[in-house]
Amino acid sequence: MRPVRFNIHPKEAEIADAISMAPAPDGIGGEGFFATQLSSVVGLARKNSLWPLPFATSCCGIEFMATMASHYDLSRFGSERVGFSPRQCDLLMVMGTISKKMGPVLRQVYLQMAEPRWVISVGACACSGGIFDTYSVLQGIDQVIPVDVYVPGCPPRPEAIIDGFMKIQDLVGQESIRRRNSDQYKELLNSYGIQ
Amino acid sequence: MALTNETIQAQLEAKFADQVATFSTADGMLSFESPAALNLKVMQYLFDELGFTFLSDLCGVHYPDNKGAELVVVYHLHNFVENIRLRYSIAVPVAQPDVFTASKLFEAANWMERETYDFFGINFIGHPNLKRILNVEEMDYFPMRKEFPLEDQTRIDKDDEMFGRG
Repeated sequence: MRPVRFNIHPKEAEIADAISMAPAPDGIGGEGFFATQLSSVVGLARKNSLWPLPFATSCCGIEFMATMASHYDLSRFGSERVGFSPRQCDLLMVMGTISKKMGPVLRQVYLQMAEPRWVISVGACACSGGIFDTYSVLQGIDQVIPVDVYVPGCPPRPEAIIDGFMKIQDLVGQESIRRRNSDQYKELLNSYGIQ
Repeated sequence: MALTNETIQAQLEAKFADQVATFSTADGMLSFESPAALNLKVMQYLFDELGFTFLSDLCGVHYPDNKGAELVVVYHLHNFVENIRLRYSIAVPVAQPDVFTASKLFEAANWMERETYDFFGINFIGHPNLKRILNVEEMDYFPMRKEFPLEDQTRIDKDDEMFGRG
């Protein structure tokens, strides 16, 4: 006899419950056609397949490992593929203390990334130098590269990193495809001495 | 004859007379000083005659109140055979911090002297490659000297009131 506490007629899994579909952007649709802005479609594609490049130098990197692992599972947001080549990646995730000697290395990694590229600064050290208010530590990575999203915390929990990642997704989804050619963007890069 | 702190002191005093001074023992470890110009002679003697063939550590200290002897270089030497250690220091003025390099005697001194130069600006005469090792090469001061505050002076976002010194 099978103990009664086991359900011997388990419910069959619905395949539709396991597939997560990104909502379609605003547009005009009918039978067999859908018209919308190119920016929305490109943004939709970009935001749901961001390839992160982890630049992990200390304890925030450990939190990132938890974020990537099965429990928090950053892959749910379409970033299954963590790249370790800056050429292939869209999102530079800087996690940890960046010393002044590491600054040029970080900058070079950023320069090697192809446009469009985004930067998320995770943790107090990357955002502001954190507790390391000292001669050897860069007081925030925004002194050498432009940053899109800052995640505070020392270190931030994986939920906070995911929240920052979703903020990046919002930025990516709403970004105009012309932004990277705009004068404003060039001015931003010029203020960092890039191009 | 087993080497003890007392026999080391006696042999050093026999060899260098009053050039070696201020012998003391802290936690069983012998310390002494000598004029900076004698550092290689003393260490060569310790190496050849007393078996101190290993340089465990080399570091700098800054005493800004000791006029004429502000910067101190400390050598930690180890005799593996007798398992006995000693601490040997020399002092130089901050205006002219010239010290003969120990890197010909101990290979280990090479990087440690570069570190000491990096943080204290001690000029090791005869060092094969005396340049910064840990800090950025553009740094134009020696950060472990007492006149430089620990905190980064380049940041502008700091509100002193938040740190209790407004």
